Amino acid sequence: MIAEFGHIALVMALLMALLQGTFPLMGASQGVSIWMSVAKPAGRAQFLFLLASFGALTACFVNNDFSVEYVARNSNSALPLYYRIAAVWGSHEGSMLLWATILGLWTAAVTVFSRSLSEDFLARVLGVMGLVSVGILLFILYTSNPFERLAPAPPDGNDLNPLLQDFGMTVHPPMLYMGYVGLSVAFAFAIAALLGGSLDSAWARWSRPWTLVAWTFLTGGITLGSWWAYYELGWGGWWFWDPVENASFMPWLVATALIHSLAVTEKRGAFKTWTVLLAIFAFSLSLLGTFLVRSGVLTSVHAFASDPTRGLFILILLAIVVGGSLLVYTLKAPGVRDVARYSLVSKENLLLLNNILLVTASASILLGTLYPLILDALKLGKISVGPPYFGAVFAPLMAPIFLLAGIGPMFAWRESSIGRILHRVRYLFPASFAAGVALAALAWNEADFKMMAGLGCAFWLAASALLSLWTRLRLREGWLEGLRAQSPSVYGMTAAHLGAAVFLVGAVLSDRLSQEKLVRMAPGDSVTLSGYSFHFLGTETLQGPNFSAQQATFRVERDGKSLELKPQKRNYKVQRNMMTEAAIDPGLTRDLYVALGEPLDKNAWSVRLYVKPFIRWIWAGGLFMIAGGLLSVSDRRYRLPLREARAVPGQAAAARAS
Amino acid sequence: MMTPRRKRMLWVALMVAGVAIAAFFALTAFQKNLLYFYTPSQVASGEAPKGYPFRIGGLVVKDSVKREPDSLTVRFEVSDGPSAVAVRYTGILPDLFREGQGIIAVGQVDDAGTFQASEVLAKHDENYMPPEVAESLKKNGQLPADYSEYQKK
Repeated sequence: MIAEFGHIALVMALLMALLQGTFPLMGASQGVSIWMSVAKPAGRAQFLFLLASFGALTACFVNNDFSVEYVARNSNSALPLYYRIAAVWGSHEGSMLLWATILGLWTAAVTVFSRSLSEDFLARVLGVMGLVSVGILLFILYTSNPFERLAPAPPDGNDLNPLLQDFGMTVHPPMLYMGYVGLSVAFAFAIAALLGGSLDSAWARWSRPWTLVAWTFLTGGITLGSWWAYYELGWGGWWFWDPVENASFMPWLVATALIHSLAVTEKRGAFKTWTVLLAIFAFSLSLLGTFLVRSGVLTSVHAFASDPTRGLFILILLAIVVGGSLLVYTLKAPGVRDVARYSLVSKENLLLLNNILLVTASASILLGTLYPLILDALKLGKISVGPPYFGAVFAPLMAPIFLLAGIGPMFAWRESSIGRILHRVRYLFPASFAAGVALAALAWNEADFKMMAGLGCAFWLAASALLSLWTRLRLREGWLEGLRAQSPSVYGMTAAHLGAAVFLVGAVLSDRLSQEKLVRMAPGDSVTLSGYSFHFLGTETLQGPNFSAQQATFRVERDGKSLELKPQKRNYKVQRNMMTEAAIDPGLTRDLYVALGEPLDKNAWSVRLYVKPFIRWIWAGGLFMIAGGLLSVSDRRYRLPLREARAVPGQAAAARAS
Repeated sequence: MMTPRRKRMLWVALMVAGVAIAAFFALTAFQKNLLYFYTPSQVASGEAPKGYPFRIGGLVVKDSVKREPDSLTVRFEVSDGPSAVAVRYTGILPDLFREGQGIIAVGQVDDAGTFQASEVLAKHDENYMPPEVAESLKKNGQLPADYSEYQKK
């Protein structure tokens, strides 16, 4: 019964989405107020129906209703309750339902936080979101209905994929989807503004907080995914340039460009059409990400088995969204004029450069990800692009971004003088250079060019972020007063840039200094790796709720201190899958990492040992960026009603922030 | 004297140059890191390049996995039905590696005709098959009976 209820709720949600996607848009173009007023109630009702549908599927999982095919395939009565709930989005159908529900959540959020929006603008935003929702809901109902029954019902389920039976993996998809789907709000705002011809600073100010929230979730989702891959996959790496990771990274890069470009549009009224284009790209890349993951065209850790009709459906949806929005863009964009004047050396142009670099980086990833697929589709051979490609392309593109991010905040809007900026960083630049060389050479006794460059860049970015904050503070009487006078977005920016520096330190040091050994070890053996001696004491057998495990014990010693690490090799009974559970001793300056390989003869095991310096800093950088995003969103400016915000003209706002 | 117009042109020229350099780096790196996929039959008939890395995929032949004592070196064969290729790999095999399983290996063929793998991939779950492997098996009529059923799910 519950499953049928969920199915009906889903159909009702589709009807609501149809209402929401048609009448408000027609009303806005014809100026019929009563049609536009459909948007809010339809959006809210759609969300409630989606929530009911999602709740129904969750209930099926909690009750172990194996007559529902999706539940039978992804759950098991021995699975702990917590993972039974997480299993709702453990596979294709449920995660698409989660996608739709989150879109409903964003829609409802727009209806609630929209008091300052004009009637026709709100109608258009909700209308566009409704149309997106119609596409996704049709997709779910026609190709991937999670409520389909299975007759006869199996006595027990096929269990959740063991890789997903883990805390990081239960939180990662909802977080990532919040980001992906959140970009649909920025997209809807952009299309609504194009349709209504209201592409102005006010539009950018409305769009900014939504984009920032989506970006923050996306950052969180990617950080979590990377952390999960590190401890769960047992390879000791944190980023694999896997096509699906790329699929989440491309929209992130474009969204990062978008939040910078929106700042220019809000403060200076420039870059309007470019900003709109970025919003379209960012959401299109999110949809492309969904397509890449769900179509099964990729060999990847994430490539669930899937059928081609689904891929085709998403591809058509993608074509409609991208084609449709670009059509609106070509029809409407020529009418948009940038009023702002700015000279060559200005914050505007620096941010443009930042945008170009970020979009180029995204495009180079797109090339490496899609080229093999296109070649395959044209029957020109099967190829894949190795991870070194991404590394080789990415580093030279990112280095100038890090350099620019340092001085960017020091530039003034409209016109700035290179001489003054150079004067301001006259100590900082050589200091960063020296710091890079000195840190690399002294602390680690190595003349490693990449490490020096990376550390120098990180020092430069962190120091210049703090320097520009300091200069802002000095404009006031006392520093305490200065601290209070800054808007939260200044702190947000500083935190996010510091995050990039922290991330860079982690990425560079863990890449250059990691020590790794693949060895054969029998009980009693010991191996020394960068000063730590690992003693293999032996293994024992453990029983988990739905798995049995071989647990090894290692004693790690250094300088008289010792600790124990207990990696496991799990055998999940239902899917007969082997899983490696690495044992990690985390630390601020180094991680110790032990993972079991395979059992060999004579009680010996093949073992992976790693010492990974500063690897935590990678995710710490992500946390800084998340904090930065949240701080920026908390800026009161975004919550001012429209009249007050208009009363504070662009110049005053610019003066406050620069 | 630099007029604003000239300045702007210079700026544009610099940007174009920057993008061109980036594109050059990207395409060079791209060329260097392209890995082609070959089936065991293609390798056996000598179609695969010598001295250049590529990817090979197929099912691990039953009873072919042999370990060299006291080391991490493993030898096994991958097959797509008509032919099988010997693979040698030193390191830790993925969790889902087992006989009869579809895998992909990255490496190159040595003079003796053995595929020296630098990486072995077997992913996700016991039924999952890399799309490339599934297709080549299908062509040779070697696809396991339960595979199509699995795809439907």
